Amino acid sequence: MKDILMPSFGADMAKGEVAQWRVKPGDMVKNGDIIASIETMKGLIDMEVFDDGVIEQLLVEEGQELKVGQIIAKMRLSTEPEAEASEGKAPEDKAPHVGTSRLEEQPALATGKQAALEKQALSSVSGAATYAIKHRGDEITQPILKQGRRKKISPLALKTAQQQGLDWQQITQGSGSDGAIVLADIMALKQVGISQTADTDNALQMGKNALSEKSGAADDMRQAIGAVVSRSKREIPHYYLQLDMVLDKAQLWLTQHNQGLAADERILINAVIYVAIARALQQFPAFNGFYQNGKFEPAGAVHLGNAISLHQGGLVVAALHNAQQLSCTEMMMTLKDQVIRAREGGLRMSEMQDATVTVSNLGDRGVDSIQSIIFPPQVAIIGIGRPRTIPWVLEQRLGIATVVSVSLAADHRVSDGHSGARLLNKINKLLQKPESLV
Amino acid sequence: MSANKTDSATLSYREAVRAAISQAMHADSRVFLMGEDVGNYGGCYAVSKGLSAEFGKQRILDTPLCESGFVGAGIGAAMGGMRPIVEVMTVNFSLLALDQIVNNAATLRHMSGGQISVPLVIRMATGAGKQLAAQHSHSLENWYAHVPGIKVLSPATVADARYMLAMALADPDPVIIFEHVMLYNETDVVPSPNDCADMHKAAVRREGQDISLITYGGSLGKTLQAAALLQQQNISAEVIDLRCLRPLDTQTIFASVNKTGRVVVVDEGWRTGSLAGEICALISEHCFWSLDAPPQRVCSQEVPIPYPQHLEQAATPQVEQIVNAAEVLLNKPKTKRDMS
Repeated sequence: MKDILMPSFGADMAKGEVAQWRVKPGDMVKNGDIIASIETMKGLIDMEVFDDGVIEQLLVEEGQELKVGQIIAKMRLSTEPEAEASEGKAPEDKAPHVGTSRLEEQPALATGKQAALEKQALSSVSGAATYAIKHRGDEITQPILKQGRRKKISPLALKTAQQQGLDWQQITQGSGSDGAIVLADIMALKQVGISQTADTDNALQMGKNALSEKSGAADDMRQAIGAVVSRSKREIPHYYLQLDMVLDKAQLWLTQHNQGLAADERILINAVIYVAIARALQQFPAFNGFYQNGKFEPAGAVHLGNAISLHQGGLVVAALHNAQQLSCTEMMMTLKDQVIRAREGGLRMSEMQDATVTVSNLGDRGVDSIQSIIFPPQVAIIGIGRPRTIPWVLEQRLGIATVVSVSLAADHRVSDGHSGARLLNKINKLLQKPESLV
Repeated sequence: MSANKTDSATLSYREAVRAAISQAMHADSRVFLMGEDVGNYGGCYAVSKGLSAEFGKQRILDTPLCESGFVGAGIGAAMGGMRPIVEVMTVNFSLLALDQIVNNAATLRHMSGGQISVPLVIRMATGAGKQLAAQHSHSLENWYAHVPGIKVLSPATVADARYMLAMALADPDPVIIFEHVMLYNETDVVPSPNDCADMHKAAVRREGQDISLITYGGSLGKTLQAAALLQQQNISAEVIDLRCLRPLDTQTIFASVNKTGRVVVVDEGWRTGSLAGEICALISEHCFWSLDAPPQRVCSQEVPIPYPQHLEQAATPQVEQIVNAAEVLLNKPKTKRDMS
């Protein structure tokens, strides 16, 4: 039997609401099927399942809000024999159980589950949800950090934190010798009370806190974003490069391409820039992947994370899968579709979790350029400013050109400015041959 | 351990041991004392001074300079129904009688299926501080604490020196009593039997909340001084006097560490293979989830104890090191202070 947990769609998500079940007990599901719609700060997201099997129990009613990492359903994997499931089936419930009470009823299971819960929770705190969920099973739980650096915590402090459901990972520097987290730090953490959004709660604690109010959710999100960017700035040695790229050729090509097309079929300049970025990244693997456990793992495909601002505030980064293979037309369609779904609900879980690199576009907010903060465990983020018309010297003559400032913030542990500069120049080169991007 | 009372109301550690021997000999005619120079000379540390005159040469026996011989004779006497107290000048010399102690005294009950008792008490001096150099100054208590079949006591106070001997004599198995050479001149108010707990029990010599300082024998005084200095920094140190090195009173040790979460073990033995190491291991095994910092040891430097005084001091645990070890565990800045 496998527990299906409330997923994390990003570092800034602490809770989610099961808005709608898309399956019922007894349904056969296979990897990739959507089983529920989850309402989050970022809107409605379709939750996929990663295994083949049969849904045994739904433990949460629609409309119920839970913390990330809580069990929302149970499924029997197709690899499991039927017999095991029968005991679970016996008291077949008319009204689905509430996850919390289930947990309290089964303390014996708690320890086993705890590792899984902590794993999940840890990922949401440290902003590495993407990685944690994709690599379930080979994750090391506490007290190993995503960056492979081991935080020091005394046994007493660790035990106390776990007993009281306090998220000691929030403590960046302990007061013990060598920066170790000691009991006094846990007590201080408890007093500050910033543990409320913590997800490293043990199972019992989770049960108690399950039905917390929605108020303060915006604060939670802000706090979570704060935690991620703080960690990024603290741990990742960023370097920044920027290049002004002339868009005249791309725009000329666009004008010709869009001629005669209906408004909703036209391609916007952003799609061209995204395609250029994705294709350039494919040739520079040092900017596309994850820095985990002290080493860099390049990703095969470029899943371009597109930072989308939400009307209610906050951000969602949605992955454009295999962006290196998309034509400008396909990119345009995907972008449009995704922004609508991000703002109205309906992003898929995989879109929330798979980004290997991020693009942050503040052009439509009217700024010339942006110096971004890397979203760990990614190793690069590309910023796009506003295309602007400026005096421009070309072949010893002063003229007028439309340029866009494209910036790169990258992880110096993985790459050097030299290769970063080559990446930006490659993007520029592709933008000067827009016909090649079709 | 200092006393402001008049001489008549105080007792030195040396006098306490002598009084204990005397009392035991009065109480039980089977008790006798044997060892090198214990009779006419009065003992190399003057513990038995006057006892020869009081009890006669039949019961205060001067032996040849042959540890294997007279310790072996003591074992034989114990097996034969006597209650011998054998004095060995220092633990260094006791190595000459290791065969008798480890292979005979410690094993006979086991090897005789419980038929043979060896109710023997061996007293020996231990430790550094008197500039007696490397062959008279070592602390090898842990060698004996390693061996099943014997009990090892380490009286660190005048009261324990006064009343532990009777408990040791009452024990049906061999008991070794270690008397640290620097304790003989220590004085305290004349104790009563109530001042000496059961010999198997460790004693909390000072109660505290923040850190446990665990020690025994000659290091107890230094450890209590360290605790007093720590108090000036508002660090509340608990001081545990082990008293019995085999078997260890783990209950008292664990209770203290579970309370404080931090521990420094002070042991005049060499660090490698030390009793301190054993205690740290026990704490790691049994108190792991109570630990708020790694257990620490303050031990002697890994050299033969030197003769020159400044080197002898440098080689053995001192108050400042104990204070520093505690400060490190509590992550307080090390303070340089005048220890005089």
